[in-house]
Amino acid sequence: MLAVDLAHSSVRELNATLHRLAPGGNETHWRVLNPRGQHAVAVGIEQPVLVEIEGHVGYYCGGMNKLATVIVSGNAGQGVAENMMSGKVWVKGDASQAAGATGCGGLLVIDGNASARCGISMKGIDIVVKGSVGHLSAFMAQAGNLVVLEDAGEALGDSIYEAQLYVRGKVHGLGADCIEKPLEEAHKANLRRLLDAAGVNGSVDVGEFRRYGSARKLYHFHVDNIGNY
Amino acid sequence: MCGIAGLFLKDRKLEGDLGAMLAGMLSPLNDRGPDSAGFAVYGAEMPGHLKFTLRVPQLFDVEPLLKGLREAVGAPLAHRHHDTHIVASIPADREAPARRALQAFPEVTIVGCGRRMEIFKEVGRPDDVSRRFGLKRMTGTHAIGHTRMATESAVTTNGAHPFTTDEDQCLVHNGSLSNHNAVRRELIKQGLSFQTENDTEVAAGFITAKLRGGCSLRQAMESSLGSLDGFYTFVIGTKAGFGVLRDPIACKPAVMAETEQLVAFGTEYRALVDLPRIESAKVWEPAPAIVYQWELH
Amino acid sequence: MTSQSRWIHTPPRKSATFDEASVAEIRRAAATGLYDIRGGGAKRKLPHFDDLLFLGASISRYPLEGYREKCATDVTIGSRYAKAPIKLKIPITIAGMSFGSLSAQAKEALGRGASAVGTSTTTGDGGMTQEERRHSSVLVYQLLPSRYGMNPDDLRKADAIEVVVGQGAKPGGGGMLLGQKISKRVAEMRVLPEGIDQRSASRHPDWTGPDDLEIKIQELREITDWMKPIYIKVGASRPYYDTMLAVKSGADAVVLDGMQGGTAATQEVFIEHVGIPTLAAIPPAVQALQELGMHRKVQLIVSGGIRNGADVAKALALGADAVSIGTAALVALGDNDPHLEDEYRALGTTAGAYDDWHEGRDPAGITTQDPVLASRLDPVVAGHKLANYLSVLALETQTIARACGKSHVHNLEPEDLVALTVEAAAMARVPLAGTNWIPGRSETK
Repeated sequence: MLAVDLAHSSVRELNATLHRLAPGGNETHWRVLNPRGQHAVAVGIEQPVLVEIEGHVGYYCGGMNKLATVIVSGNAGQGVAENMMSGKVWVKGDASQAAGATGCGGLLVIDGNASARCGISMKGIDIVVKGSVGHLSAFMAQAGNLVVLEDAGEALGDSIYEAQLYVRGKVHGLGADCIEKPLEEAHKANLRRLLDAAGVNGSVDVGEFRRYGSARKLYHFHVDNIGNY
Repeated sequence: MCGIAGLFLKDRKLEGDLGAMLAGMLSPLNDRGPDSAGFAVYGAEMPGHLKFTLRVPQLFDVEPLLKGLREAVGAPLAHRHHDTHIVASIPADREAPARRALQAFPEVTIVGCGRRMEIFKEVGRPDDVSRRFGLKRMTGTHAIGHTRMATESAVTTNGAHPFTTDEDQCLVHNGSLSNHNAVRRELIKQGLSFQTENDTEVAAGFITAKLRGGCSLRQAMESSLGSLDGFYTFVIGTKAGFGVLRDPIACKPAVMAETEQLVAFGTEYRALVDLPRIESAKVWEPAPAIVYQWELH
Repeated sequence: MTSQSRWIHTPPRKSATFDEASVAEIRRAAATGLYDIRGGGAKRKLPHFDDLLFLGASISRYPLEGYREKCATDVTIGSRYAKAPIKLKIPITIAGMSFGSLSAQAKEALGRGASAVGTSTTTGDGGMTQEERRHSSVLVYQLLPSRYGMNPDDLRKADAIEVVVGQGAKPGGGGMLLGQKISKRVAEMRVLPEGIDQRSASRHPDWTGPDDLEIKIQELREITDWMKPIYIKVGASRPYYDTMLAVKSGADAVVLDGMQGGTAATQEVFIEHVGIPTLAAIPPAVQALQELGMHRKVQLIVSGGIRNGADVAKALALGADAVSIGTAALVALGDNDPHLEDEYRALGTTAGAYDDWHEGRDPAGITTQDPVLASRLDPVVAGHKLANYLSVLALETQTIARACGKSHVHNLEPEDLVALTVEAAAMARVPLAGTNWIPGRSETK
């Protein structure tokens, strides 16, 4: 296990080191100390290593992550795991705006709350938030799953495409073209899989969730939809 | 655009460190606001007196100014120099003559006025601005600070934040308003005057007009939601505390932290990292379109 | 004579305000209930480079001999921060156009043509295709609000990264691609259902404002180990402030696209009524760079209506480091060619006016995803035509520069120019021909 102390090294040196890791190498476990809210920590990793960050991070932690597991023992600023391709990012505290933005794959887990625009423009990432998400979450969400154990803010899933949303608590408002849909066995199995992957134990009943998705009425520009634009 | 830092002390024992803590909060916000900086510190009140924070040009001969004020006040003048700014304590019943005396010096700007509030702002990198004014040595119960990246108006001292809205009140802003020119024209009709093209000055004027019309600060802030268009996080300093408001779309970042000793606001979490006991603080983001206020009791 | 013949016949008179185009558009809107969508840039007459002229050498200045006396055209983009700045042989690049709006064949042709003359192409609002990377010797990769196709592998394969805040045809708007062009391959790259009308974001999802853009750029540099130049592209709107802020956000280069700049598809009203002409945008942008001490250190690439070497030379003279072409490149490939006139007529248009690119029925095979139509474009032949055109642009620029006594095209300066109209003089900040007068500025010697 290798430790990097950001009180003495720069974020640039840390990222460069992580980028130089060769496939199949044995430097697979990293600890990052004293992040102190700095930005772009552990971005662009391409190897299946484990990076544990002790403290709060700034914007874009784990940005464009591939294959790695990044664990933040603290809060994460704007855009955590933005455009993640694969792997896992786990925030033990809260996440700021645009968590998982445009993510294409992998799993983002937030133990606390996520702020506005969680999963904005998501393109295949799975996001599990154990607290609540803010307004405009899943805005223009194209693919992937967003699971929220507590509440969702206003305009959930506004302009949504084919992403699947599951919320257990209160939804304060649905966005344009986002509607509630029936929760069937296949969806429950999907939910169970996601909750297990996120370390949510079996005490959470998947039947308590409601599913939301696209009504698909905005898929073609039409004058009757003028009120939605 | 900008960085904002706000600090409100619940624990009186920290008052001596207020300036040092605020300076530490502004430092990480240099990059996002490199053009100019300013801060308002709410320190000791001299009973029966108002503090005028005045800005004078470089190489200005202050003697005639001080003489003019002494004559207006009719007494020795307690004053302090901080780089280009002078804080002068004027007996509250001599406010009008003091203002008249100041009119004889058009190059001197009244940056702020209040029982407790002192405002300092200048062009330059925020760390340099803090150092020039001696922020680290300042003390008080609460303070707000701002680092500026000018968007559509010039980089001038007048364009720096905070803008004062009323006695003991001031406003800082991160974001970009989109209807400020129309709002400015309306406020001019109501008798306000403006020194810059800056959108933030308009927001400050809007709050001032509402307060003069009898609104509470909370009501004034709430009415800005309907009247000011664009993107904004406002932090407003008042005699007793501070207020925070984010616009309904809430794209501009805002982080708050609270401990038993303090409440802090920062545009980025990095601004908060050196505050005492921050590791165990409650850290959250203010919700959009909701007025938050903290006040001393 | 009868009483009727005493009255003089009044010829029918159409309105200049309610002209044929306006009236036809009102009828179309009444019939469909939807705004008109088309491709291309602003079509109406605007103050442009044609309103400027060069002052060639005579007695007070001396020209360079053609061919023998060198007039260099090379330019380096991205020297501010990047470890590997881009070196181009000519100051003319190919602007961002997506695979999706263009056929794969067209993208390949652009790459072939640009590479043959030593310049760059740019991806568009849809991501990077393998063909494009293979055929472009220098490829700029766009980061747009939609993030369609964005991934770190392509970011690392790119030679430069262009953060797109907006484009000249629609400053403040997002991308648009209609169902007829969302083919299986396009849909897969963009993670969208096939055949739907794509809706696009106008703001970036994870940052708003120059203060947060600065942090986003930092992230992009970190992911690519600070190797690659980062451009910021804006549609011409408030170019003075936008250029200032781009520099303060950390850009290596600013790409400025005037309202004549084309788009694959957007609302007609957006194209014609939002954004300012290229000519008017350049001096404020250059002024911003000069005030920051960054002229020639942060490069300025200008696009929107560049057609010939005179346009290139004029843009450089006003202070640009390079220009970018979009519409002109497509024309060079064969877009709107008269030999397809019968097919244009069948589409209800004519060669030179065809702009319904969003419909995806381009007979030239360029702005279409239809495999039959797209196969009409031979990328090798079209690439060769583009290379020819780019060479001519460069030669024309050199010809003009030599005539003004310059051994490098970058030594062209505003004082080499005069204007033919008051508007152009005021916008370009050069005097009216034969006078010392720059409208809005005091008389100078």
